[in-house]
Amino acid sequence: MDEIVINVENLSKKFASFTAVDNISFGVTKGEIFGFLGANGAGKTTAMRMLCGLSKPTSGKATVAGFDISKETEKVKRNIGYMSQKFSLYEDLKVWENIRLFGGIYGMKSNEIKLKSEQLLHTLGFANERNMLVKSLPLGWKQKLAFSVSIFHKPKIVFLDEPTGGVDPATRRQFWEMIYDAAEQGITIFVTTHYMDEAEYCNRVSIMVDGKIQALDTPNNLKQQFNVNNMDSVFSGLARTAKRT
Amino acid sequence: MVITENITKKYGTIEALKGVTFNVDKGEIFGIIGPDGAGKTTLFRILVTLILADSGKASVVGLDVVRKYRKIRRHIGYMPGKFALYQDMTVEENLKFFATLFNTTVDENYHLVKDIYIQIEPFKKRRAGALSGGMKQKLALCCALIHKPEVLFLDEPTTGVDPISRKEFWEMLKRLKAQGITILVSTPYMDEATMCDRIALIKDGIFMKIDSPAEIISAYGETIWAVRGNNMPRLLKNLREHASVTSSFAFGNVHHITVNKDLAVEALEKYLVENNNTDIEIYPIKPNIEDCYMQLSKK
Repeated sequence: MDEIVINVENLSKKFASFTAVDNISFGVTKGEIFGFLGANGAGKTTAMRMLCGLSKPTSGKATVAGFDISKETEKVKRNIGYMSQKFSLYEDLKVWENIRLFGGIYGMKSNEIKLKSEQLLHTLGFANERNMLVKSLPLGWKQKLAFSVSIFHKPKIVFLDEPTGGVDPATRRQFWEMIYDAAEQGITIFVTTHYMDEAEYCNRVSIMVDGKIQALDTPNNLKQQFNVNNMDSVFSGLARTAKRT
Repeated sequence: MVITENITKKYGTIEALKGVTFNVDKGEIFGIIGPDGAGKTTLFRILVTLILADSGKASVVGLDVVRKYRKIRRHIGYMPGKFALYQDMTVEENLKFFATLFNTTVDENYHLVKDIYIQIEPFKKRRAGALSGGMKQKLALCCALIHKPEVLFLDEPTTGVDPISRKEFWEMLKRLKAQGITILVSTPYMDEATMCDRIALIKDGIFMKIDSPAEIISAYGETIWAVRGNNMPRLLKNLREHASVTSSFAFGNVHHITVNKDLAVEALEKYLVENNNTDIEIYPIKPNIEDCYMQLSKK
């Protein structure tokens, strides 16, 4: 049996009378690429915030990297990485400063940061850009750097919130190759996306509708289950059943 | 309706637009398609008279964007990429406000926004800031339409929007086109290209190509083969390692490849089998706009 790194049981989150996340349960195994899909407003962000230890559930429980998301939020945070399209790096800091900052935040030692920074800059082919401000990098480079920084401290799990939004097609594909490499190293990937071709790259995909998980399986099984030939149709079929606006 | 000639714009040393020339005809949906940072927003801001180009000429509805900027503003609607309505005003107040700014009333042009507005009307007393993303987008479109513009400029209206809401949004645009409104729309989602009459593929401040989506696809020139197998990541690596495979990219549940003429499908299949791939399927398919964009980017 594969090691379970995210375990969610009957998790709910209410805001006053509104149930944003409605009794969801699922497990994610080590090294898995888990796609977390849903229409805008389906509850993805709320669920993800709880799993990252940023918001407390109203009921139910979950463990992330073995830690309770209600009681051990700081331990959860230390063992995960996070990247979103909107925010990931400090634009007014240089490339190497961003790496050092995030390494430090995640509790890495100075000499370890130094050593691994060199390796990272080399692997990314950024050695000559180390002193550039992040804001002057092309978007595709920023996204690659942001992803590398989010897994720099070797977290057990990395949460990626629409990591490829607005990125050019070639870079989007390179980005997924980086995701595969990370998964091969045993890092679990929890990813949201609005690109349905990217849903095909996940080992398993869950689809949220109105706060509930309405489907969860491998892309192939989902396509068979709904008798369609692509994930776009799977998604459309489910999302159209939504009652929330 | 829109004519531009060799527009350039620099921010410091960064060349945002490096000489952009194109025309948009009346009643057309013209899409400007490319990633973030390609220059889409800069171009829109020049055309809606918010910033000046460094060089080149542009006119909208026959009026020069520099000399006649005040007049142009009466004839166009603009929906910027960032939500720019008044967050503390209600849905209803925002719409009324924008109508008043243009010396008209909501009643006078209600027919234009009706289809869209009825979807957010149940929330008309809600502050705009408290709306969901999809509803904000609908309200912004209503506000851009309420003065009956001849040309609508929509800067990335569907960014960050889920696939269903995106499809609905494009249905709305088609209905507006049917009412004679010319639409310039930008998007980073290449699958939306086919919803446009003509598109420009933009990269690093340059229009790589302007044409109808069908023409751009038929100009691709090479055969694209879709390849699938039991282990897609390994399959991609094997394809890349083959000397006669000229390009290979993941496309959802298949990989798209182009090959040199000397490589027969049977030979490729044999090579893949030798590398322990099973369940191999190889078949020719039509390129899509992403294939075209990547091909043009390489040149």
